[in-house]
Amino acid sequence: MVQADAGAMPPSTTTTTAPKEKLTTSDGRSLKTALRQAERRRRIAAFLLVAPLLFFILTFFVFPIAQMMWRSVDNPQVVRALPNTLEALSGWDGRDLPPEEVFAALHADFVADSERPRREQAMGPLGVRLNYELSAARGAISRTARQAPNFEAPFRDAFTDAHRLWGDPALWRVIQREGRALTSAYYVAALDRQFDEFGNIELRDENRRIYISLFIRTILLSVAITFLTFLLGFPIAYYLSILPMRYANLLMICVLLPFWTSLLVRTSAWIVLLQQQGVINSTLVGLGIIGDDSRLSMIYNMTGTIVAMTHILLPFMVLPLYSVMRTIPPSYMRAAKSLGATPSTAFRRVYFPQTLPGIGAGGVLVFIISIGYYITPALVGGQSGRMISNEIARHMQQSLNWGLAAALGTMLLVGVLVLYWLYNRLVGADSLKLG
Amino acid sequence: MTRKMKIAGLGAAVSLLAISAAQANDPVSLTIVSWGGAYTQSQVRAYHQPWMEQNPHVTIINDDGSANALAGLRAQAQAGNVTWDLVDMLPSDAQLACDEGIIMPIDHDAMLAAAPDGTPASEDFLPGSLGECFIPQIVYSTVLTYRPDAFPDDAQPSSIADLFDVENFPGRRALQDRPGTNLEWALFADGVDPDDIYDMLATPEGVDRAFAKLDTIRDHIVFWTEGAQAPQLLADGEVAFATGYNGRMFDAIEVEGQPFEIIWDGQVVEWDGWVVPADGPNLDAVMEYLYFATDTQRLADQASFISYGPARASSAALVGDHADLGIDMNEHMPTAPENYFSPIVLDNDFWVDYGDELRERFANWMLQ
Repeated sequence: MVQADAGAMPPSTTTTTAPKEKLTTSDGRSLKTALRQAERRRRIAAFLLVAPLLFFILTFFVFPIAQMMWRSVDNPQVVRALPNTLEALSGWDGRDLPPEEVFAALHADFVADSERPRREQAMGPLGVRLNYELSAARGAISRTARQAPNFEAPFRDAFTDAHRLWGDPALWRVIQREGRALTSAYYVAALDRQFDEFGNIELRDENRRIYISLFIRTILLSVAITFLTFLLGFPIAYYLSILPMRYANLLMICVLLPFWTSLLVRTSAWIVLLQQQGVINSTLVGLGIIGDDSRLSMIYNMTGTIVAMTHILLPFMVLPLYSVMRTIPPSYMRAAKSLGATPSTAFRRVYFPQTLPGIGAGGVLVFIISIGYYITPALVGGQSGRMISNEIARHMQQSLNWGLAAALGTMLLVGVLVLYWLYNRLVGADSLKLG
Repeated sequence: MTRKMKIAGLGAAVSLLAISAAQANDPVSLTIVSWGGAYTQSQVRAYHQPWMEQNPHVTIINDDGSANALAGLRAQAQAGNVTWDLVDMLPSDAQLACDEGIIMPIDHDAMLAAAPDGTPASEDFLPGSLGECFIPQIVYSTVLTYRPDAFPDDAQPSSIADLFDVENFPGRRALQDRPGTNLEWALFADGVDPDDIYDMLATPEGVDRAFAKLDTIRDHIVFWTEGAQAPQLLADGEVAFATGYNGRMFDAIEVEGQPFEIIWDGQVVEWDGWVVPADGPNLDAVMEYLYFATDTQRLADQASFISYGPARASSAALVGDHADLGIDMNEHMPTAPENYFSPIVLDNDFWVDYGDELRERFANWMLQ
């Protein structure tokens, strides 16, 4: 049990003496200048060494994130497709249908668009964009686009005959509102809100709200998972830190083994264990503990997400804890006990406070990873175990509403930064110890 | 060990070189994007292999990216680097891509083979299946499937209405986690005529009615996301009913021998087919391939490998036996008369127009 005690070694002390007179080098330059030059050369060399990494981070991390944030406000579709209409619409009060001259301008825009090369036509993206704000707007645009070049005055009747939405002031309000290069509409939607007919922001119908409750659930799930990894990881890390090195290494491999297994394999293993006809349920039924008709639902719900993610993220808690605990000298605990502390007091007042940097580091790591986790909740989370990242992935891959995905992603990023800032204020980021 | 592996690798590289050197005739490699799994296999055996035998200089690379095809097409068009030659996708996504100009418009009569009796392509493909930029290959359907052993012999389910009847047909139901098909079936089970379903879903009252019907089975639902999950849940006994694609269910029943039964009542029918990315790298080679792969015989051949119906009327008579199992495929086609008695034809325009709003409402409903 006795170990080498690195912390007890006295820190090496250095003494400095201030120069009393101006010193020069052998070639007569001031020592200060020569030193500064040498320093600068070293700094440039150091910069050149990190330059590839810096370049890599800028290109593949900072730039894509900036581009994603840009997408969440970028709104070129209406401006590009309907320049004449927007100009004619500038004086419209948003109540009744716009006057005939607006419809004439709309006709001019459709004609101009039909004359562009196919790849540059703007009506397709316009329809997709407007449909995010108003259902069936895409149909109105695409069906009209085929007929519009043949329309004749009066255009108002021609358009309202082609699709009922052209006779609905709601569509015109959307065109007027979104006829700007930047939009807040994606953030409004990401906050479960919408614009009313006067352009004020209001809550959506109750049966269409999803994102805020998902954000809250994501944070609660992440906190729960972080806490569980702490509960499970702390004793393991402690045990590892007091074992002799060769046993500790063996045990460490057991901790790391899941780390080296494919994520999908681990997740599928949980499906085999937890499902209703799975190993655990069948064992419980076989032992007569539960009835065949009351098998437990442990997967495809929140329980599934929590169990599988706790397992997957455990090493991220154990490793920082272990590396901190290794450096805590056992002599401190012995000293506390010899001074009269009970074992629990010694643990609480002497040992535990020294593990805080490890807990902080592990906690922040697990929390930040789990807040953006996506594959595991998608496979074992069912509906109640879904997280906001699943919704972002859906908008990226299926609904293809990249603006909304970018807004949700930006909100998640800002949320994490705020939480990190809070952590820094309360605990101090310099107390993090990652190993 | 490592040395052995190195030698083996070297041997493989040398033989590869030898193969490619043998093909002097301007080699072309076509990247064809499809859905993967049994479906891609059916295309490989019905289209790719015969074409490559006739044209030894063509190599076909299969990419399983169809689930995210529209996202991929957009990304490639924006980057100005189109690497896909041909993409298998759904007509709703194809219409969006077509409106955005990132796939080629198709002149069906000029670009595709006529039927053997001379009927032009535009009349030979099933009515309503052709799109501006879309060439249909198959008709597939989403069907309700159940485990007979989950119910007593004298009370087996037989209709979509039974899916919504938890009193007489207890057990969990696996539904897909999106509004499509589920809302249609809710109204269908509530007694709405298939022809009126989409008109009704376009009104707020119709949507409320569909969700009210779904509410009646809400506590008995397990949601699935990927096509392979539905037969798996059914096979594991996790659920008594599952909705799924008829081709996958056919595979589970006939190939794997699972004891499932398909209910063809209210099957939701949709097309699936090819689009050609604009500015693709090998347009000429692709159009030659496409002319071959969409002719009457080839579409009929595909039905020998998977139970999806050919999209040409002239192919129906040529559908024969399954290539490996030897069973007659005609009765397994969604379009077979004995199966096609109350179909709901999926309305893509409706889903493009109202999909965003209904998906939000459905997501909200699932989360409650």
